[in-house]
Amino acid sequence: MARIFAYIAHKDGVLDDTAAELLTAAKAIDAAASPTAIVTGSGAELDAVCKTIQGSYGEVWKIANQALTQPNAELIRKALVAILPPGCIVLLPHSHFGVDLGPGLAVKLKAAAVSDVMAIEGCAGNILKVVRQEFGGQMSAHVACDISSGAVINIRPGSFKPVAGNAANGTVVDKSSEVGALSAGRRYLETIVAESGDVDISKEAVLISIGRGIQEQDNVAMAQELADAMGAALSCSRPVVDAKWLPKSRQVGSSGHTVKPKVYVACGISGSFQHLAGIKGNPFMVAINKNPKAPIFQVADVGIVDDVLEFLPELTTKIRETVK
Amino acid sequence: MEILVCVKRVPDTSENEIELNRAGNDIERDDLVYSINEWDNYAVEEALQLVEKNGGSVTVATVGGEDDEEVLRRELAMGANKAVLISDEAFEGSDGAGIASLLTAHAKKNKYDLILTGAQAEDGAAQVGGMLAAMLDYPFASLVDSIEVMSGGKLVVSREVEGGNKEMNEMDLPCVLSIQTGINEPRYVGMRGIRQVASVEIPTLGASALGIDIAAVGKAAAKVQRTDYFVPALGKGAEILNGSREEVIDKMIELVKAKGGLK
Repeated sequence: MARIFAYIAHKDGVLDDTAAELLTAAKAIDAAASPTAIVTGSGAELDAVCKTIQGSYGEVWKIANQALTQPNAELIRKALVAILPPGCIVLLPHSHFGVDLGPGLAVKLKAAAVSDVMAIEGCAGNILKVVRQEFGGQMSAHVACDISSGAVINIRPGSFKPVAGNAANGTVVDKSSEVGALSAGRRYLETIVAESGDVDISKEAVLISIGRGIQEQDNVAMAQELADAMGAALSCSRPVVDAKWLPKSRQVGSSGHTVKPKVYVACGISGSFQHLAGIKGNPFMVAINKNPKAPIFQVADVGIVDDVLEFLPELTTKIRETVK
Repeated sequence: MEILVCVKRVPDTSENEIELNRAGNDIERDDLVYSINEWDNYAVEEALQLVEKNGGSVTVATVGGEDDEEVLRRELAMGANKAVLISDEAFEGSDGAGIASLLTAHAKKNKYDLILTGAQAEDGAAQVGGMLAAMLDYPFASLVDSIEVMSGGKLVVSREVEGGNKEMNEMDLPCVLSIQTGINEPRYVGMRGIRQVASVEIPTLGASALGIDIAAVGKAAAKVQRTDYFVPALGKGAEILNGSREEVIDKMIELVKAKGGLK
């Protein structure tokens, strides 16, 4: 079985949740695997991360380089290509970073590339069978991946539960000298932090959240009226922000805000994993969608198959009567 | 600035309920409404705006068959200057790397300063842009939500990262960028516009025109292959409220109230 490596994402010296999830994914590929963690960065933060990850991975490859202080996928790709053995399997989180790194890394390693993997069914010879989703989560697919020349596999964050009892007393191997000087045609400048906006949806207990099903800018008002009637705040999914109907500060999801309300009412939201990734704390979720196959119904507590444009105004009227 | 935008025709998930076909090996493709991949449409609009400001031309390319010509024609109507259809029986069944190899072959025969793709398509793989860049040895940035042209053959682009933050990067040209939705407001394309480009010739590029070794593409070369589709198992699954709308509303209010969702 090919050797398995897991790229450990970290920020400000703190491990990303995916560090433990990739370990679970590695064991799903090969139960006997003892995957190697790869950590890149610089300075004390890198050392802190290495120290933590030693607790769960048996071996940790550390690449210390001033140029890797910020995670620039172009530079990290070069570093990885310099040190990885041929035919290995590399696991990455399917995040804004993994999307940046994975495909190009696979090309340079002459390895297969599979992205956004949700489940691993196992290996038969050189064929690894995995599960992915297509069509915004409306359909799942089995995918067969020929790993005979290695593979770069992007794992969907949150899909593989961390396993307790992975205690290891791993050794750190410093690979920095094998990498050498790094430069690329893409240079990190700065990170501009998102503005918080008029309402902080991350602190609201009840959210009325709207998606593509709201259809037109003029219809946003009916959702706001419902929110007002309920004493809730209005949030949304990505298409509403793309269309500029609500500001970015109202977006729930991996590229928006993380919310942790008590009650979440998803109105005309299909339920992509990027959206669901922004909802924490297991709220009571009501989904209203006219498509009975919308993935949101898989995760909601209560589902209502109806057109939000007709349903919401009637709901608002009734709630006004109820709370009067 | 000569810009190539790689596009794809996909089933429109906002217009269709995607269902399994009777054999269970594919989605039911009869009566599907197809459209241009949403991310790609933003990429074409961005290319058009860059050319409006900086000069140059926009070429749109897709890998597919005759049916895929309609999205090229739509993007011509939007304002693209040229379109090419990369099509050959030998290309069928290509995986992401195969598609990227075909686009690489086309890009190498032409001098593009900038290549744009959508950040992802209906299969959510989000990989062709990054592969194309690596094959061409061009710099790459994914999930780009703004592009500014600087002097000296450079761009400043922002990538959309977690929490809606923007990661600013300087890029050397030529480069490849994958475009995130919301970067602009794609212009409307009417039937009239599409009729106006109905007679524009769209060249078809096959294996010999691209000078590509067919052993490197197509189903036989694909390391990654979808074997079947299936309907995802409902997690815990929602309790669907049935009854008249009035009854459903009453039930919902009762439940939400019990959970502290009504003041």
